Amino acid sequence: MAQHPSGNAVDRADGPVSVVDGWFTVDPPRLTGTRCTACGTVYFPPQTLTCRNPACDGDELVTTPLSDRGRIWSYADARYRPPPPYVSGDDFEPYAIAAVELAAERIVVLGQVVKGVGVDELAVGMEAELVVEELDPGHLVWKWRPITEEGA
Amino acid sequence: MSGKDIAVLGVGMHPWGKWGRDFVEYGLAAARDALKDAGLAWTDVEYVAGADTIRNGYPGFIAGATFAQALGWSGARVSSCYAACASGAQAMSTARAQILAGLVDVALVVGADAAPKGFFAPVGGDRPDDPDWLRFRLLGATNPVYFALYARRRMALYGATRDDFAAVKVKNARHGLRNPNARYRKEVTAADVAASPVVADPLRLLDICATSDGGAAVVLSSLEYARRHGHGAPVRIAAVSTVTPTFPSTVLDLANFATDSSVAVDPPERPFRAANAAAAYEEAGLGPEDLSLAEVYDLSTALELDWYEDIGLCKPGEAEGLLRDGATTLGGRIPVNPSGGLACFGEAIPAQAIAQVCELTWQLRGQAGKRQVEGARAGIAVNQGLFGHGSAIIART
Repeated sequence: MAQHPSGNAVDRADGPVSVVDGWFTVDPPRLTGTRCTACGTVYFPPQTLTCRNPACDGDELVTTPLSDRGRIWSYADARYRPPPPYVSGDDFEPYAIAAVELAAERIVVLGQVVKGVGVDELAVGMEAELVVEELDPGHLVWKWRPITEEGA
Repeated sequence: MSGKDIAVLGVGMHPWGKWGRDFVEYGLAAARDALKDAGLAWTDVEYVAGADTIRNGYPGFIAGATFAQALGWSGARVSSCYAACASGAQAMSTARAQILAGLVDVALVVGADAAPKGFFAPVGGDRPDDPDWLRFRLLGATNPVYFALYARRRMALYGATRDDFAAVKVKNARHGLRNPNARYRKEVTAADVAASPVVADPLRLLDICATSDGGAAVVLSSLEYARRHGHGAPVRIAAVSTVTPTFPSTVLDLANFATDSSVAVDPPERPFRAANAAAAYEEAGLGPEDLSLAEVYDLSTALELDWYEDIGLCKPGEAEGLLRDGATTLGGRIPVNPSGGLACFGEAIPAQAIAQVCELTWQLRGQAGKRQVEGARAGIAVNQGLFGHGSAIIART
């Protein structure tokens, strides 16, 4: 975190940049959440206003990297071009989306699945890891990559 | 709790479709039908509650006043509210509270929409602080993607199949055949569903509800007012629940990037949809065993199965069995979506929860024609919108 105070720093000035500020780091690829210092509840996207646990008076939320591995809670895909502000060129390529459960944080986080992996290669309960990949030309986003036997 | 019942004096709808006209026209037609059904003049109405639409410019944001002006300024008190898919239910809740507080005797509730074709998109402009905008920008996560995530979860947890999902569509299409207000009135076979393109795996085009134009209205009053105006035994609204989720909400809610974390607090006994149904049952003093029918928000075929469990028709994991046994088909033990549901209507967002109450009313009066549930005594209408808005309404004879 210290070497990337903006949370989304990239080395090359003309390289791809994060599509959103402060939600993930590129190197290492990790989601950036926040944690309430009073009750320990974790938030993603990072919540900074106040703790949302109604039984907690905590107002101090500190940045915390989330686990980079979890298990697929469910998954789907998008076969048709979504409306703007999703950016897609003339050749729309379907993509898969996975909801991944992080055990330590007890949270389920959505993300696109890396390019080239379709729903036929996914299963509920399968392990997945966080990576950063191009979302559209010039923009990076977090994605989930299933961990297969040979790749693990 | 009958001390909190109110009367439904009249109901009306403009047929659902893709008419391409102004939403005000649909709301006006529905309001006039409801007033005629109630035997009242517009000038008798003391309070008008509008359910807002966010896709039809400023008149949509202030729908109560828009409909009041269309009907002719009469000096009635007014409110307008937006609560995503639960907008119509919240408008009814507001009107009911006015009546129960004794502030007014009779209220008109109206919702109407003219919907764009295709996927619902976020409101226009660059709005990087709006999670609804961000989920399209960062993930391309349309509404059907979320429906598909829920559907896949059912398949993994309970062994639901694509054939089960198709069977919901076949059932609802058959129900809607007999509904003059439905947009789609055509038999659909399982083969038709299987032949339709996959939109968001595992859901196909015919598993997912369309977006529609339509309008619906109800005239509500105190029981005392109903008696004075010759409505001896009106259909009564016995409960309107619009409760929020309880922290931590651990079901991935539509439009969110993540669930709440349950690391500090265990998940609540009842997730969001079930909590709304439970609150309505408690308020009405009855339970799922007392229902004659249910109108549930079948944004997708698979979601209808989730609702069976959320409203207590069966235990988690048993919805497919209930469907396969024919229990939820007209003529079965507990018909679900006798109107044809969203499968036959498509969604006209602010009108939809009101339309559900129109159907309950026709059913409880015995006026539902060929889709009549025999001897209907009580019904529930349930709904879920974005970001923690949902509703459950119970009506009884």
